[in-house]
Amino acid sequence: MKLRNTLPALLVVLTLPAQADRLPLPANPAYVEECGACHLAYPPQLLDAHSWLHVVNGLDRHFGSDASLDAGNNNARRAAIADFLGRNAGGRKTGVTADAKGQPLLRISETAWFRREHREVEPAVWKRPAIKSPANCAACHTRAADGDYSERSITIPK
Amino acid sequence: MSGIDTLETAMRPVLILAALSIAAGDVALAETPRDFLIRFEKEAGTAASAERGARFFNSKQGGEWSCASCHTDKPTQAGRHAKTDKPIGALAPAANAERFTDATKVDKWFRRNCNDTLNRLCTAQEKADVTAWLLSLK
Repeated sequence: MKLRNTLPALLVVLTLPAQADRLPLPANPAYVEECGACHLAYPPQLLDAHSWLHVVNGLDRHFGSDASLDAGNNNARRAAIADFLGRNAGGRKTGVTADAKGQPLLRISETAWFRREHREVEPAVWKRPAIKSPANCAACHTRAADGDYSERSITIPK
Repeated sequence: MSGIDTLETAMRPVLILAALSIAAGDVALAETPRDFLIRFEKEAGTAASAERGARFFNSKQGGEWSCASCHTDKPTQAGRHAKTDKPIGALAPAANAERFTDATKVDKWFRRNCNDTLNRLCTAQEKADVTAWLLSLK
């Protein structure tokens, strides 16, 4: 009985490393069109649902840019994108994405998971002209658009 | 073949198109870049100036960015987002046939990008001028 419970759990743990660098983007044309025009359509798995809700509700003031949706079908489209992000939001990988005061983090690059994964990257590297900022996943993760963040697809521009 | 037959035959594609347009109802019909220039000029009440559009496009208007910060000062070429570095397709219709063909997109991007570069919406005159300049690029 005990073994029967432990074995599936063990198998899950064993397969985790293989999945850790795969962040496939579930198909959603509205998300890709509205959010992927200015930056990579970030994997929804990298923020929790509470964080995404705050991002979507603040699109008119989105990190210094107006990213508000079409005026005509604003509410329906925003609701559809919020729903998509909520359904695919992170959990196991990133945990709760909030700051020390419990406020939802809005930048993936401020989450504990992201910081841990990128702890070897020196601050100056982020500022290189070909990288610009942590928002630019594809600068180093050459196959990020395909959801592939594996070590072997990383090339850090000089 | 009578004259009426000939007229009918000649008119048939037009009639079919008209019927399709009605059937499409609220679906936005494809527009051409020139349609937008005409629309903005009409809203502004004056003729556009491509020269003024070029100056507007290439200089900062109070914000941190100009249009050229992302679209480059040669919008027949691809640009890059000033902050995220994401590639942006060429803006001039001569280089990118998708530009200025969809009113929803044109209005959305003028709204977003004017707010980013001017901290306000663009006037019809400004939109007319920029559109005239972009249309003049070969």
